[in-house]
Amino acid sequence: MGGKFLFDGQPVPFEDGQTILQAARAAGHYIPHLCWHPDFPPHGSCKLCIVKVGGRHVSSCALPARDGMEVESDTPEINGERRALLQMLFVEGNHFCPSCEKSGNCQLQALAYELDMSSARFAHFYPDRPVDASHPDVLLDFNRCIFCELCVRASRDVDHKGVFALTDRGIRKHLVVNAESGRLADTDFAVGDRAADICPVGVILRKRVGFAVPIGERKYDEASISTVAMEKGE
Amino acid sequence: MQDAERIAARAVERHRREPSQLLQILIETQDGIGHLPVESLTRIAELLDLPRSRVEGVAGFYSFLYAEPVGRYRILFSDNIIDRMLGSRELMERLCRRLDVAPGQVSAGGEASVDTTSCTGMGDQGPAILVNGLAVTRLDEARVERIASLVAAGTPLAEWPAEYFHVDDNIRRRGVLLGEDFVPGAALQAAMVRGRHGWLEEVRMSGLRGRGGAGFSTAVKWMACSEAAGADKVVVCNADEGEPGTFKDRVLLASQAERVFEGMTLAAWATGARQGLLYLRGEYRYLLKHLRAVLAVRRAAGLLGARILGEGGFDFDIDIHLGAGAYVCGEETALLESLEGKRGTPRIRPPFPVTHGYLGRPTVVNNVETLAKTTLIALQGGAAFAATGTAQSTGTKLLSISGDCAYPGVYEYPFGVTIAHVLEDCGAHDPQVVQVGGASGVTIAGHEFHRRIAFEDVPTAGAFMVFDGRRDPFEMARNFVHFFAHESCGFCTPCRVGTALLKGYMDKLASGKGAKMDLADIEWLDRLLKNASHCGLGSSAPNPVIDTLVKFRPAYERRLVSLDFKPAFDLDAALETARRMTGRDDPAAHLDWREEV
Repeated sequence: MGGKFLFDGQPVPFEDGQTILQAARAAGHYIPHLCWHPDFPPHGSCKLCIVKVGGRHVSSCALPARDGMEVESDTPEINGERRALLQMLFVEGNHFCPSCEKSGNCQLQALAYELDMSSARFAHFYPDRPVDASHPDVLLDFNRCIFCELCVRASRDVDHKGVFALTDRGIRKHLVVNAESGRLADTDFAVGDRAADICPVGVILRKRVGFAVPIGERKYDEASISTVAMEKGE
Repeated sequence: MQDAERIAARAVERHRREPSQLLQILIETQDGIGHLPVESLTRIAELLDLPRSRVEGVAGFYSFLYAEPVGRYRILFSDNIIDRMLGSRELMERLCRRLDVAPGQVSAGGEASVDTTSCTGMGDQGPAILVNGLAVTRLDEARVERIASLVAAGTPLAEWPAEYFHVDDNIRRRGVLLGEDFVPGAALQAAMVRGRHGWLEEVRMSGLRGRGGAGFSTAVKWMACSEAAGADKVVVCNADEGEPGTFKDRVLLASQAERVFEGMTLAAWATGARQGLLYLRGEYRYLLKHLRAVLAVRRAAGLLGARILGEGGFDFDIDIHLGAGAYVCGEETALLESLEGKRGTPRIRPPFPVTHGYLGRPTVVNNVETLAKTTLIALQGGAAFAATGTAQSTGTKLLSISGDCAYPGVYEYPFGVTIAHVLEDCGAHDPQVVQVGGASGVTIAGHEFHRRIAFEDVPTAGAFMVFDGRRDPFEMARNFVHFFAHESCGFCTPCRVGTALLKGYMDKLASGKGAKMDLADIEWLDRLLKNASHCGLGSSAPNPVIDTLVKFRPAYERRLVSLDFKPAFDLDAALETARRMTGRDDPAAHLDWREEV
């Protein structure tokens, strides 16, 4: 079956079961996203991929495409809202890009550049989130967590370990690991796990390889996140 | 601490090591220990063969589950604006003084902890508290003094004055639902005579719409579930009545439980479901014994169980699940997650529960009042039901009326009644504002009192809170914003961060430090919450702010330091020296505030 919908005025074909985001990507249109990943089912929590369909806001990662839809995505209104969502993510955590090992490889930072975010706008929360350096190979810096749950999903569904989970709720929600001690070293987490290289920001970092590639020569230093996403399929 | 592990293990075994019972297991484990120590979670995870992190994640989600020790007497003050208007804050301060404990802390001897909680559904007889999960109503200074003495003496709850735990129904106006006697089984018999299809047709003709707030057609929902593929269908009664200011389901569960359970059975007859679940909010735990007794009576009468009323193939029974302090679980997909023993996070829809609900099975989720109403349709027929109310809102609606009125309680009206009429009936003298539909509802100002309670005008799940001329609409909105920030599940960015930010702005205004720019930020956050949230909690969280900003703007503006925001110094003028030094005067050398987001 399948069909066609209009994406910012341009026809986009889709196959049955494809979401708006999937079909748009296949047709070469980038929609910003953080919690969505090509290898995993849609999650729908970051809301960066919101688009307008028939005047209503929807998550393009989760909504199946339908024939004849009119989708607005790259508009001042939607990009303004996406920028505000990024600002929210920046102020709820502790993000110090200049000293972060993930700088240049970080999707949150790259999207902030992509969407011209020039200030945090809102007051910072400055949460207290101690790092976990217990594991021999991996450091967890919870300060940067954006709750995309990619590590949770990868560890549960691919590694079959359930190393990560979220607890508490609302603004107090936070990541925990699968150990009574609360320390990553006391879990069966391994550096070769799928969950070890899935983090879009700088929470899960491999030890002893920091700054091997200088800042300025990294993935999103060379090209914008939309270019990287569309050309390399990342 | 081997005790903790033993208690946890017993709870797991009682629930036959079923992971979907995780929340019930956690509640029962805490009942035995007082809180949930780390080793109890580890033991539960081992026995259920779940990652420990998942168990910890679920335990951390619910307000009434505690990772740290709490007092032997755990006292929670209902913190809805109505309880506050009745003096709850002052009473809580008094109790804290008497027990020598700070709010949110445990007393030095470990005997008591005092804190606030979201609306406990006792707005008609507040201020209300929960003591170790049980409701105590009509608090006043004398009761607080006495409670302080009882706590100090270590008197078991069973020996406290029984009247403290008495909850009145306060039914003030009876229509067909509350006014007519009900013979258990009569509605079921009438529906069975019509056959499953005939019964569905009656429901369709009645025009019944969901009483939980959304107003979705009950017949359409039942038909979709009936036609969905899969044999193991489920009927869920949503008794997670968490909307601040709502308590009509409490009264139905207390006085009309037969009708509610019969409504569930009628839904089973329509859909072919064999399993029923009633999700009871933790605050109504005191009703559990009564509800289980009613279920037992119905089983004995052949109204539940195998071959209901002798009909071969009509097997249906009902279990009760307890919530543990999470408003978001009133959202039907979050409720299903919670029933499955998970964090109460709303699901992505589609698919909808009618095809993929409880444990992936076709599921009907209905509100308590909706299910009770179906007994009327069975007994009187769909057409008779539709004769009351308005064309788009048939039948009657229960209102939970509280606040500044002489006769708070539950009122049953035909849909279409005007707000002015209701205000007169409940004895509201000087009403200034009515909050219809709870914190997520609509703020109605005096010039709108002619409007009608109906899906096509002012829809409501039942809350009707009255505020007179002494009250401040800003403080009402601020109370609701705090509520939403506390209750946000935290799944999506706009609601998790947006409700917390909104709370910060409202508090800034309340402390007298607001500027006009804050109002612009508040309006921007309102829009983001409305547009981008994952579920109804986030999208309705800004409602009271949006409404009061439009209808009672002076309540905000009088709190501003200056109406026109001016920074402390002129930033652009401060750059003049730098411009002169560099010889520049082009646009890029000037600050343009209009470019600000």
